[in-house]
Amino acid sequence: MSEKIGSVMIVGGGIAGTQAALDLSESGYKVYIIESSGSIGGVMAQLDKTFPTNDCSMCILSPKLVQAGRHQNIEIITMAKITGLEGKAGNFKVDILKKSRFIDEEKCTGCGICAQECPIEAIDVFNEDLSISKAISVKFPQAVPLYYSINKEKCIGCGICQGVCKVKAINYTEEDHEINLNVGSILLAQGFDEFDPTVLKPYGYGKHPNVVTSIEFERILSASGPYSGMVLRPSDGTIPEKVAFLQCIGSRDCHHGKEYCSSVCCMYTAKEAVIAKEHQQQVNPTIFTMDIRAYGKDFDKYIERAQEEYGVRYIRSRIPSIEENPVDHDLILTYESEKGEIISETFNMVVLAVGINPPSTSKELSSNLGIELNEYGFCQTRPFSPTQTTKDGIFVCGAFSEPKDIPESVVQASAAASHVNALLSSVRNTEITKKEYPEEQDVSGEDPRVGVFICHCGINIGGVVNVPEVVEYTKTLPNVAYAESNLYTCSADTQISIKEKIIEHNLNRVVVASCTPRTHEPLFRETVKEAGLNQYLFQMTNIRDQCSWVHMHQPEEATEKAKDLVKMAIFRVQKNRPLQELDLEITPNVLVIGGGVSGLNAALNLAQQGHSIYLVEKDEKLGGFARNIHKTIEGYDVQNYLNKLIERVKKHNKITIFKNTNIKNLAGYLGNFKTTVINEANNETQELEHGVIIVATGAVENRKNEYNLEENSNIITQSELELMLQNKKDIKKKQRIVMIQCVGSRNEEHPYCSRICCSEAIKNALSIKALNSDCEVVVLYRDMRTYGFKESFYRKAREKGVIFLTYNKIDNVKVNDKNRNMIVTVKTRFGENFIIESDLVVLSTGLISPEGTERLSKMLKVPLNDDNFFLEAHVKLRPVDFATEGIFLCGTARAPATIEESISQGRAAAARAMTILAKDVIHSEGVTSSVDEELCTGCRICIRLCPYNAIERNELGVAVIREALCKGCGLCAASCPEKAIIVKHFEKDQILAELTAFGGEYIGV
Amino acid sequence: MAFKPKIVGFLCNWCSYAGADLAGVSRIQYPPNIRIIRLMCSGRVEPFFVFEALKQGIDGIIIMGCHPGECHYMSGNYEAEIKFNFIKKMLNFINLSDRITLKWVSASEGIRFAKVVTEFTEFIKTLGKSPIQKSKNNSDLIFSLTAMQQSMNNYRMRVLMGRKRKITEQKNVYGEKVSIDEFEELENKAIIDEYNRERISLILKKHPLSVKNLASSLDLDEKSVLDYIVWLRSKGIVDVDKIQGLTPYYISIQED
Repeated sequence: MSEKIGSVMIVGGGIAGTQAALDLSESGYKVYIIESSGSIGGVMAQLDKTFPTNDCSMCILSPKLVQAGRHQNIEIITMAKITGLEGKAGNFKVDILKKSRFIDEEKCTGCGICAQECPIEAIDVFNEDLSISKAISVKFPQAVPLYYSINKEKCIGCGICQGVCKVKAINYTEEDHEINLNVGSILLAQGFDEFDPTVLKPYGYGKHPNVVTSIEFERILSASGPYSGMVLRPSDGTIPEKVAFLQCIGSRDCHHGKEYCSSVCCMYTAKEAVIAKEHQQQVNPTIFTMDIRAYGKDFDKYIERAQEEYGVRYIRSRIPSIEENPVDHDLILTYESEKGEIISETFNMVVLAVGINPPSTSKELSSNLGIELNEYGFCQTRPFSPTQTTKDGIFVCGAFSEPKDIPESVVQASAAASHVNALLSSVRNTEITKKEYPEEQDVSGEDPRVGVFICHCGINIGGVVNVPEVVEYTKTLPNVAYAESNLYTCSADTQISIKEKIIEHNLNRVVVASCTPRTHEPLFRETVKEAGLNQYLFQMTNIRDQCSWVHMHQPEEATEKAKDLVKMAIFRVQKNRPLQELDLEITPNVLVIGGGVSGLNAALNLAQQGHSIYLVEKDEKLGGFARNIHKTIEGYDVQNYLNKLIERVKKHNKITIFKNTNIKNLAGYLGNFKTTVINEANNETQELEHGVIIVATGAVENRKNEYNLEENSNIITQSELELMLQNKKDIKKKQRIVMIQCVGSRNEEHPYCSRICCSEAIKNALSIKALNSDCEVVVLYRDMRTYGFKESFYRKAREKGVIFLTYNKIDNVKVNDKNRNMIVTVKTRFGENFIIESDLVVLSTGLISPEGTERLSKMLKVPLNDDNFFLEAHVKLRPVDFATEGIFLCGTARAPATIEESISQGRAAAARAMTILAKDVIHSEGVTSSVDEELCTGCRICIRLCPYNAIERNELGVAVIREALCKGCGLCAASCPEKAIIVKHFEKDQILAELTAFGGEYIGV
Repeated sequence: MAFKPKIVGFLCNWCSYAGADLAGVSRIQYPPNIRIIRLMCSGRVEPFFVFEALKQGIDGIIIMGCHPGECHYMSGNYEAEIKFNFIKKMLNFINLSDRITLKWVSASEGIRFAKVVTEFTEFIKTLGKSPIQKSKNNSDLIFSLTAMQQSMNNYRMRVLMGRKRKITEQKNVYGEKVSIDEFEELENKAIIDEYNRERISLILKKHPLSVKNLASSLDLDEKSVLDYIVWLRSKGIVDVDKIQGLTPYYISIQED
């Protein structure tokens, strides 16, 4: 029983679990997702928009869910939990209890007739109790997997659903059952529970109808929510003109809630305020907060926009209680203004920004798995390894280890996957199934013979559209060789019958008219492929979601529309061409640019999996910025960690280190890069061949001569203070030390927050106090951004007597260093003036991107953001990918980050790279563009327009598409002045065929 | 019989098509007139398709994409908007610009999708049947639309559309950003010129005409027509067919 198993169990199907599942399944492992609810998606599926880009949450999430749901090496086990565990890393035996849905998942097609007919109105979990759904339900309309389930507590057992279910999927006697699985590793991604504010009696949540939680408000904002996106208050359905948002509900609250900061509430509140205003101009949001913790990439800009463009009002105050006017259900808040006046203000609605709690199931899980939890009940992780639990072979990601936002959860998901990769790389590709297909028929030169399959979808389509009439009509259309209707075209038995019909009638084109191609096209393409046809000789049309369901009371018109849609698909499919997905060979080597903490971690992880690594460092030493840091805020020894890490990297025979080296030239693309590096010490160059690139160029301290930093030796930066703290004597002599935060950050030149300085200051203040408790420490700050568990050190610093004074603008802090004892004057946010004598002034100067960043971005053809940090492919869901395939990003090159965050990002980049490296060849998409070289004039319009850098000019000056990078959007084809580019499968004649089938006759020019 | 408009929707796969699906899942009812053509990105829509649809007698055309900043392909919807505005300006010449619209719909906006379609359908109903369908005597309109279809498909117009964002939002080859007003002045003139050149070259395919004939049948002043003729001759598109008295007659020498 000691053999390793090439499969992984992921507990929790939120965004973190889903990302890890996709990374690992693409890296050659079988993945089981164990999800406690009925479908995957987690909290993110409930969100309306995401900060700081205001992206629609469902738009960006659902393609990932669909991908996971359809992946042949991902098995989703819903309504399940772990009940027992045996074995050890590499080979675990896991017991799982799967609760009954009372509906057979094998049979349920998700058609929803049962829910339509269910007479019992039960509460809807997804819309946070604000709207009604039935006793038999799915979690939300885009649920993956889409199976219904019966809520036994609501069900009265009338038996109607069994009667109406056409596929006989209802089984009232189905019992919970146990499943036993053998896996090599376990990854925990249970996410979090929201804090329940009913325990905070003075807020009256649950008693006052217009006091709602932030997640309830999120559903109110959502276009698919209970009020269809109108901002209404629950008591009377009117638009609340004045909405108050209260921060830190259940967070940063030792007495009633949790001590730690929940990390996400400041930003989601700003977002909710902005979106509320966007949805309803009449709404005037006010946010009550202690600090604005906008510490992430581009967060401060968002807060600024909220205030300036949307008029969101911020008041620095913590509201202790809410009073309700019982007549009109308005709410009265009492607070102290910045001027010190006591003000009572009436609001129409109050939103409680509830914090993040560990999942309620965490205790049970920890005892079942034998992992430790930390003092707050979150998963305990290891120092410098934030995705490793205390038990070997079990890893953790997302909010289950500490409150965090979506991109950090996604980073950790990939980072946790990198641990699994390292553990199980010897058994990669042993548990997965690779499908074999029959040889593809050559149908070129054949006259089109179209087969058409039209779905009743139970009564979903057939109840409105006259399906038999559509079938008869279809048979009259040219080149239709066969047409039939099916009760469910998507059911397993229909797939067999479609294949038989293809062979029996010698069909060379197939059309399915049913539901949406967004979810079902891959299934039917698969079927067509299994019958030996090229999968692109298939066309799908949507006569359910876009016809029968939306024209329910106009059956005749709906039938006419269905006929048109089927005709359009038939016309188009005849123009479809067989497409091949090109195989692209991969050079399995990796170029890592930057030898700091993130680069070292990425390099080591990939080397452990047998890949050759070229690690390029421009400095003469490895280690990067971490060399300046001696311990973390938690007290872990950074230098010890770093030295050991460097030692392991140096010793690894798969890693070649290039010091004093820069990138001179870079050519090629995904799978096949050629890079010339130059040793700046001896000018020697070398050419390297590699398949992927990881950018880990880091950041540097922003040293500018502010407050006379360069001249006065008693004015130093935080990292200099850290060095000084190593020499205890110097500190013992000091009587008063003043720290000034945000020097060179959050100003005009560098408008972003450097994220790490607040914790740095707290860490160093605590060290000073430990060495010399008589030394007074004063911290001048704007917002104290000790997010997550770091908040406890902020509290500790206050307990130890560190003095914190908050100022508004850096201009309000002046240092007079004429005399030996310097005088610091500060005007605080509350208008008080302080004059502080100090023998040491410490500046928190923040991080900036290093020199040469712009040059590198041009060579790699990847973008930078306004602050000169590299810009990832998507700030929420692709945090360590570039839009250009094959190039990845990690560490402070992306944005300021702590050491542990940089470690996670380095590992995440490695795991993302592994999804490419694990394959000998990668398949490009069939839908790509191609250039007619005869027509191309080399104008470069396409090159500039391509979002993926997939187009280059060759030596003849002609545009060439790199199929491996092309995503098939068609921008180039639509814009090429010479019409030299086509986008396959969306060619002009194909689109015009579809149009003309409806319009009548092609006219042209 | 009541007027049942024929409406075509060009929808991107990721946001608006998903929004249409959500309208379905949520059973939000809207008029059954629209036929949706699914594309990967709204940026795929070429002006050619829109003019073709109008020529085929489609009563209304709706293009839908992701909200600005939310494009699955990052910037495709901005390109769609540029093309849309070019089309719209051209259709203004023949008062058909109301029959096309561009809307942003996200995957969670099922209600918005239905609302947009309903409002557009109702609006098209108030406009009535497409003039192409209304009368059999529509060859003038077909002629104008063909000139538009042709000119918007030519090299110059496609360059202007393809480069507009780069030049006005980032920078040109001199590292300068061209102001939007400056660019649009040039764009507006190009739209008029290319349209008229195309009309002249199309009409001269049928029979030889003089500058005066052309000016009156195309409702242009003679000086402009002459300028266009000079340009078209220099490109080898038209040539002198004959001279009658003092008046040269021109004919298209372009092969189809």
